[in-house]
Amino acid sequence: MNGMFQNLLHNYEECVSVILFCIGFCMLLFDRNLLKKVLGLDIMDTGVFLLLADRGYIAGRMANIITDGITDASYYINPIPAGLVLTGIVVSVSVSAVMLSLTVRIYREYHTLDMDALYLMMSEKRKGGRV
Amino acid sequence: MNKKDTFLRRWLRGEVEFSALLAEPVYPTPEEAVPYEPKENKHVAIRTLRRSRTGYRAAVTVLCIVFALFMLLVIGNLPQYGAADAPTVNEVPQRYVEQGMEETGAVNSVAGMILDYRAFDTLGESFVLFTATCAVTLLMCAAPGKKKEEHVFEAEVVRYDNDPIVRTVCKLVIPIILMFGIYVVLNGHISPGGGFSGGAIMASALIIYAIVWGEDKASRTIPKKAISLITLCALAFYACSKTYSFFTGANHIHSIISPGTPGRIFSAGLILPLNVAVGFVVCCTMYSFYMYFRRGEL
Repeated sequence: MNGMFQNLLHNYEECVSVILFCIGFCMLLFDRNLLKKVLGLDIMDTGVFLLLADRGYIAGRMANIITDGITDASYYINPIPAGLVLTGIVVSVSVSAVMLSLTVRIYREYHTLDMDALYLMMSEKRKGGRV
Repeated sequence: MNKKDTFLRRWLRGEVEFSALLAEPVYPTPEEAVPYEPKENKHVAIRTLRRSRTGYRAAVTVLCIVFALFMLLVIGNLPQYGAADAPTVNEVPQRYVEQGMEETGAVNSVAGMILDYRAFDTLGESFVLFTATCAVTLLMCAAPGKKKEEHVFEAEVVRYDNDPIVRTVCKLVIPIILMFGIYVVLNGHISPGGGFSGGAIMASALIIYAIVWGEDKASRTIPKKAISLITLCALAFYACSKTYSFFTGANHIHSIISPGTPGRIFSAGLILPLNVAVGFVVCCTMYSFYMYFRRGEL
């Protein structure tokens, strides 16, 4: 147990990424504004990217540009998490663009972004009250 | 009529009428849409909603705390930050770093990894961007009441191109940003950077142009057709060239495209053209996202 807390102190950057993830998660679930839900998902993505980038780092080593012809792997950090973060960023941009355009459409249809008002209006629409 | 009278045959004879499908559907304009009016059972509904919201908040709080504790537990058991003996540092990154320059000709190991060893992954990423552009196009262009809102925007827009300071600084800065973006794209295999970051930098220059000189002028300068043509050509080039190189270079088959001298601009085989293709796709996608959200069309 003591070793675990010691490890948490050493891995403080990963703790920050967990905090970022939780902030985004709470925003996604608690906020009633659809736009802020999209922002919350983006903050969650940032936490994941920070975690991945941290996992690739190796203390005292260089970035993955081969310098002075040294091709020994013990001189460079891990290149794989960098590629994964690149993929993640692209997917996160695409997902937030699609979600934002859906939000724009919802606003044009209902003239509100509040989840509860939307819920009331949609349930009324389903009952056939107002079209 | 016999049983061979299929849809295709009827279509070839000209009996199928498509004009009903092509007709513009009638959407209600925003003025016609009635704002929400409460019904008599609104109070009951709101009370139910509030009660369920309290339950929801409690459940979500518990979920968040459990989730956070679980993730902290996982982090407490991870190998130490920056440790060289972590299980992720295995033979795969070693191979990418030690033989990457010899096999792909790229000085930047990450570029060599994502555009040579894992090039299909990057092709998929480009298609994710393309699919997102298609979805945004469908959602924003077929929107009801688009023209009305455009006029509302028009009245609120500040004309930045009348301002001498903004105009002069932008005329000075936009070419430099574009040049830097092109530099980052073309040097993706020998320095930090590559198609994704360079494309985003080039798109930022185009977006500054659209902000300052107005969306209408930007859409006249950069035509809609050019953007879709560039995106499609870049994606098709990427798909064709990478499939070709996998048939000739992978699985120990002799590659016709030589890696060249590492460190030169014209080296690293297909990585430079692929970087350019990815840069074009990213640039056009970012710019069209901005234009769709600002103007409603390209």
